[in-house]
Amino acid sequence: MNMQSEMGEFIAKKYEPKGPVVLDCHVKNIYYGDFRAVRDTTIPIEKNKVTGFIGPSGCGKSTVLRSMNRMNDLIESFRFEGHIQYHNHDIYSKKVDAVIVRRYIGMVFQLPNPFSMSIYDNVAFGLRLNGFKGDEEEMVVKALKRAAIWNDVKDKLKNSGLSLSGGQQQRLCIARAIATEPDVLLMDEPCSALDPIATRQIEELMVELKQHYSVALVTHNMQQATRVADVTAFLGVDISNGGRTGYLVEMDDTKKIFEDPQQLLTKQYVRGEFS
Amino acid sequence: MVHNPFKDAASGKTLSAAPTPSDYLKDSIFRSFAYFCALSIILLVAYIVFELGSQALPAIKAHGLGFITGTTWDTNKGEFGVLPEIWGTLYSSLLALLIGGVLGVAIAIFLTQGFVHAKIEVIFRTIIELLAAIPSVVYGLWGIYVLIPLLRPVALWLHENLGWFPLFSTELSGPGLAPAALVLAIMILPTVAAISADAFRRIPYKVKEAAYGMGATKWEVILKVMLPTASSGILAGLVLGFGRALGETMALAMLIGNMNDISISLFAPANTLASLLASTFPEAGQIEIQALMYASLVLLVITFIVNVAGLAVQQYTMRKFEGKK
Repeated sequence: MNMQSEMGEFIAKKYEPKGPVVLDCHVKNIYYGDFRAVRDTTIPIEKNKVTGFIGPSGCGKSTVLRSMNRMNDLIESFRFEGHIQYHNHDIYSKKVDAVIVRRYIGMVFQLPNPFSMSIYDNVAFGLRLNGFKGDEEEMVVKALKRAAIWNDVKDKLKNSGLSLSGGQQQRLCIARAIATEPDVLLMDEPCSALDPIATRQIEELMVELKQHYSVALVTHNMQQATRVADVTAFLGVDISNGGRTGYLVEMDDTKKIFEDPQQLLTKQYVRGEFS
Repeated sequence: MVHNPFKDAASGKTLSAAPTPSDYLKDSIFRSFAYFCALSIILLVAYIVFELGSQALPAIKAHGLGFITGTTWDTNKGEFGVLPEIWGTLYSSLLALLIGGVLGVAIAIFLTQGFVHAKIEVIFRTIIELLAAIPSVVYGLWGIYVLIPLLRPVALWLHENLGWFPLFSTELSGPGLAPAALVLAIMILPTVAAISADAFRRIPYKVKEAAYGMGATKWEVILKVMLPTASSGILAGLVLGFGRALGETMALAMLIGNMNDISISLFAPANTLASLLASTFPEAGQIEIQALMYASLVLLVITFIVNVAGLAVQQYTMRKFEGKK
């Protein structure tokens, strides 16, 4: 029932999305120089859902996520084969500027990375970049409230973003990313550097955010995927032929992935037999 | 013997041991040496200030604050005033800081923000560091034989066509403020460029990533994110460069014209405190030497004020941008 590529490599069964798809990601191959990092991974990101990416370290889940707004273009040796359709436009088309892609598809990173400027300016950064003409202050306050950090910072908007604690900084970065209301929000292990309380707050935030946006979430924490993801993609690592190539093993509703996975590898992973 | 209460208490198999008495000795020798070095710098500065002050004391008593506001330097009449030199020092250094600062920061951006391949960056860096190794007398000669002849037609054209503009109100007859400031700018360029480049390199990759992730173009990333993030380091470079410009002697003595005039014009000859000292000392009598000591004290105070002000601005930007207390 599973397909195989012409080289005899395993290809996961296609996941049939139940709702409209915002970002249709078809990775054929991703290379860093000669190193083949990811192969044959098809992940549709559905509208108003959280799509989780799980898998052992080195499986390429972050690489795939970072391809979705062309962040990997910053790495010189990066080479992408395949296509990623955003509202039926290929973001890897030669005519499309990566800068525009990143304005519509926002990103929150693993480590909090606020700019060395005031809290207010951090959040207003994207608005100013996009030439927003309306009430800037209103939008900043709205983003801070949505990112559940308003109460922490409302009295010190002029202070540097770097004066906040790690968890506050990460929520500030989320506020910064959502201030411009991007269509899709990519989150690359956003809680990995946070304590349990901050993690909890950000997870609640993700569930809240999906009402407005479509979220793609990479996590190394399986419990987090079960708590927030509607759909989950499990990626594995292929170490045959001396390589370390990530590929999609299985993608389905989160409940199905964790309770009744179809692939043996998925089953072993969600049981915690390897990580 | 070192007191170690754990030696007998711990299990017999452990390889853990207390530092030996010689370890402690090395520790304390090293520490005293560090304290001694730090203290000797303070003592040295204090000694220089004291020595200058005591030699300048007769002049300070004789001229008082009139020394700073006076505009004539006449040994025969015994009249000494350094206002033109203070003006020339600050004016030439500010011009140099403006030109050298902009160029230096631009070079730092060019070298660190992915415009050139790493190998070419090394070549550029070596050339810029080479600039710092050229003796200032060579800069002076270069200024006299190359820069001034080059500048003259430009200055002439500017004076003839834009002479109404105060900066171009006189002719460049030879040495003057413009060639002096340009050479000074080249001299402080390596300092500003090297320290700014370090400040840019210290910015973590995640900051750059965040800026690109917001959908900023390369120039927006550099101007709106990288530059403010590096600002405290860049300021440190500018302060050091300014300090160097204030104290530069040889090249300026050769290029600035040594005229006790206060003029806003870029092409007028002027004088600086350092070049006054260099050109007057060899033939000075006792009274004049005391006045020169007073002048060097004034230069020291100016340099000190500039450094303290620079430090304050740097602290302010660190607080504002980086949230450091």
